[in-house]
Amino acid sequence: MDLTTFLIQCLNALQYGLLLFLVASGLTLIFGIMGVINLAHGSFYMIGAYMAFALAAPVAATFGGGFFSVLAVGLVLAVMLGYVLEWAFYSYLYEREHLQQVLMTYGLILVFEEVRSLLVGDDVHGVAPPPLLAGTLPLGELMTYPVYRLFISGVCIALALGMYLVLTRTRLGMMIRAGSTNREMVQSLGIDIKFLYRVVFAAGVAIAVLAGMVAAPVSSVYPGMGNLVLIICFVVVVIGGIGSIRGALLAALLIGFVDTFGKVLLPSAAGVLVYVLMALILLWKPDGLFKAG
Amino acid sequence: MDRSKLAFVVAAFALLAAFPLVAGAYGIDLVTKIMIYAVFALSLELLVGSTGLVCFGHAAFLGIGAYAAVLLSPQDAAPSILWLLPACVAAAAAYALAVGALSLRTKGVYFIMVTLAFAQMAYYVVHDTPLGGGTDGIYLYIKPALLDKARPFYFFTLACLGGVFVLLALLLRSRFGRALAGIRVNEQRMRATGFSTYPYKLAAFTISGGLAGLAGFLFAVKDGYVNPELLSWHLSGAVLIMIILGGLGHLRGALIGAFAFALLQEFFKSEAVFGGFAKHWHLGLGLAIIACVALLPHGLVGVPGQIRARLVGRRTGVAR
Repeated sequence: MDLTTFLIQCLNALQYGLLLFLVASGLTLIFGIMGVINLAHGSFYMIGAYMAFALAAPVAATFGGGFFSVLAVGLVLAVMLGYVLEWAFYSYLYEREHLQQVLMTYGLILVFEEVRSLLVGDDVHGVAPPPLLAGTLPLGELMTYPVYRLFISGVCIALALGMYLVLTRTRLGMMIRAGSTNREMVQSLGIDIKFLYRVVFAAGVAIAVLAGMVAAPVSSVYPGMGNLVLIICFVVVVIGGIGSIRGALLAALLIGFVDTFGKVLLPSAAGVLVYVLMALILLWKPDGLFKAG
Repeated sequence: MDRSKLAFVVAAFALLAAFPLVAGAYGIDLVTKIMIYAVFALSLELLVGSTGLVCFGHAAFLGIGAYAAVLLSPQDAAPSILWLLPACVAAAAAYALAVGALSLRTKGVYFIMVTLAFAQMAYYVVHDTPLGGGTDGIYLYIKPALLDKARPFYFFTLACLGGVFVLLALLLRSRFGRALAGIRVNEQRMRATGFSTYPYKLAAFTISGGLAGLAGFLFAVKDGYVNPELLSWHLSGAVLIMIILGGLGHLRGALIGAFAFALLQEFFKSEAVFGGFAKHWHLGLGLAIIACVALLPHGLVGVPGQIRARLVGRRTGVAR
């Protein structure tokens, strides 16, 4: 492998890892703060990708603009979806056992997949990247690299930074962190924990939907895409340590690199590498790399 | 087990034994499949419901049992179940022993994910190596004698189901089973009272894996065919859903859950009821599962108790 190929694979790994981080961060926040195992989180990623496909025509007709207005409309819809879902389904799960949560969110996966099938159908679709970002950058003399992939990495890094700042530097972030440590105590200090949970959940959904939307032009849009992402994101969350954003970032990048380079160097064992990695890490550190404190 | 529960189980097995008298080929095939699911669900119930260990990679043990049945059978002669069945159970139990020995170091959600990881490793071994025939799977050309007909196989499966049920019922009443219950309720306290809990958990994990291997053997012989989907996490998830739906902590729950899950699936798939909408059967199944969570916090097993509580509540309400 020469240097340019190596560089390209590094960029691919970075982009994949960052994308995983976006989905996994919502998962780990919802799990760490509200104690809910949300199997349906992969479905939000799927919904985002389908939004990028299905909203393109209606949004262009009503608001004008291209990919970026689709992103904006999709985000608003996602926040609303998260808010309503929390109110209608998830708010009943906080007091329930984990396995009841697993059962209900499994039911939700089935419902989301079928509603998607009813509305958009079961075909595989492609989404064109916005013309502004459709070009390529020259790398070395022969190779080029698509600008859009760099854009994905940029969006992910910006969101990760934003999330970090909100969680560590704002009053809301302080309340969220406090809520994850002791729900009753936060409540008795006069903070509306129900509203707080709803905000966290809506934000988690919105981030997963956004990840799906920006990923759509590179990954294409197909049924069952949510389930693939869900399992790999659980791997990320568990390797990183449940509830830890920092751990999720590190684990996502680790998975991104192992998976990308595994496919290049050891194609026959690529699928299994991620799981071998997870087993080794958990046998070495049974609580993940960063246990949330 | 009190009298009404015993009566329920005896009645259920009597019904299953009488079913082939009235059923056609389709019904027999369907109920045979569900009974195999029930064996599989019972094996997981020993871990999840009785010991409190949530295994999310149980399909691996089923798949290893199934692949063992095909790979160990001679190409040109019918295998004898006298050695093939124990060999399949032993193969699955051996993998379970290895997986359990490592993964029982972790707890809670981490345990769930480590068991998934080991199951995925087994999945990729049969999926990506020549050993397992890849995505196409492999055929069992000659089935064991007697089990190649639908009806004898039905009764053989029923006997296996009954055997596993009785075995687990006895096991859970034994000192070993009491220790497992203690681990589920409070492992710390069990250790404080002088139990070394790790060997108990490992034994439960191995037995459970072996029984899942039995279900895998039955699958392989029923279909005469195995493919990597038998080891996929979808199946591990589905069997977990079955026992949660039925109600954890009761062996009956695993039976009821396997039947409820499979029959709900058949119901929503049936074109006679839903016509063209039947191809969207996931929607109905999903909504039914959500309704079960909302209305039945203790699973289907808890339904009589809930009704009783409701009736008693109404009666005392009237008296007041």
